[in-house]
Amino acid sequence: MGAGGTRVSEFADAFKFIAHNGAVAGAPQLPSLSGLALETLWVGAIGVAIALVISIPTGVWLGHIHRGSFLAINVGNLGRALPSLVVLAVGDAFLGLGLVVVELALVVLAVPPMVTNAYLAVDGVDRDLVDAARGMGMSGWEVLRRVELPLAVPLLFAGVRTASVFVVSTTTLAALVGFSGSLGDVIANETSYHFSGVLGAAICVAALALIIDGVLAGVQRLVTPRGLKLAQRTLRERPQALGDAVVEGAS
Amino acid sequence: MNLLATGPVIPNYAAQSSKCVVENDFFCFDWVKHNWGTVLWPALRQHIYLTLVAVAIGFAISLALALAAHRLRWLERPTLVVTGILYTIPSLALFELLVAPVGLNTTTAEIALVSYTLLILFRNIVTGLREVPDEVREAAEGMGMTRAQVLRRVELPLALPAIVAGLRIATVTVISLATIAYLVSAGGLGLPVHNALGEGPFKTELIAAGGLAVVLALVADGLLVGVQRLLTPWVRAARA
Repeated sequence: MGAGGTRVSEFADAFKFIAHNGAVAGAPQLPSLSGLALETLWVGAIGVAIALVISIPTGVWLGHIHRGSFLAINVGNLGRALPSLVVLAVGDAFLGLGLVVVELALVVLAVPPMVTNAYLAVDGVDRDLVDAARGMGMSGWEVLRRVELPLAVPLLFAGVRTASVFVVSTTTLAALVGFSGSLGDVIANETSYHFSGVLGAAICVAALALIIDGVLAGVQRLVTPRGLKLAQRTLRERPQALGDAVVEGAS
Repeated sequence: MNLLATGPVIPNYAAQSSKCVVENDFFCFDWVKHNWGTVLWPALRQHIYLTLVAVAIGFAISLALALAAHRLRWLERPTLVVTGILYTIPSLALFELLVAPVGLNTTTAEIALVSYTLLILFRNIVTGLREVPDEVREAAEGMGMTRAQVLRRVELPLALPAIVAGLRIATVTVISLATIAYLVSAGGLGLPVHNALGEGPFKTELIAAGGLAVVLALVADGLLVGVQRLLTPWVRAARA
């Protein structure tokens, strides 16, 4: 690469690769970029869906009964310490690589941030509010549904958002272990796609993650109760809750 | 460029191949013993080096940004947006995007790793500084402290728990992400993991290298907890 001119042309070639939807001269059998992007989304969506079903009820329930804080928080810490590549590679080595094992790895990696956030979100609801709700005669279930959950939504959803971006990232990493069915295929196969293809696919992966994050940020705003948004406008002036920062984990 | 750039295939079946290694059993201690000095330790050392440099540089940048944002409030939002974007870009993509301008080397890996620490550290430092109660700040000013003195002797010490919390997350995250550094020829524990996969996969090497990455992260986390206890004795005193 070396000179600045070549660097610019590398990116120019990468954008040409994207413009041609991943077509490489002399290799007509390669899958298209848009097809791979959809596959990435599909593989990731399955993982996120399974992880949601497992972790949200668990985290919310633990938060509701204010038990298991050690478990809920340390699951998050342990999850962050697990490198995606290692989880995928171990799945490959012991169970054999395929869609099922990749989904398993995605779930293993997506559950911790979701559980921890759901727990912190519900556990952190102002106890005075819960007491007031009880005093109004609400049952435990009503308190959960009408007080704790609405108030927990922003932080709970932040966990879902973090995990979703993490899942996209891990889905592409699966290509390094030999799983084919994501945009990572292009990045792992420089022989067929050349460096321009690798770079183009990297741009697409980055764009995909940012778009997903943006869309989920929008959804988060939609599902946040209106009353809470008003409160947040003043809250925004204040720092984010430390719990929010504690449960992050990069991809 | 990347996948071909990795080293020689590792499990040396010919030289010291025990029955365990040949049959690729769950875990072969003899292989680990034989290859600790040549395979695992160099990878672990590189991994630690990558992590220390990335966290140190990331902390320096984040601290500077956070102190600036502490003084000039309007800087906070744009900094959060930019570091948030960097944080969101998947590791595989970010490493490859940096290969074009920077090349296949440790610098590429460090830039990528540093960029993942910024959001975490910046946010925690700013949060920590801001959560210092106004009364405490006013009391310090009332004692005649200058703004710099208040920052150094009151605000930063009180922000330490939040800062260390950020350091813990950033360090563990970097250790986890540094397993991808082998893609840009920067080594680390990802390299033996990758090599093990090429061999069938070779389970012992995979478990040893992957396990070292997880243990390293947990040990680093524990060490930072210890550092925080030492630096903030008043937290425990207040609780007792």
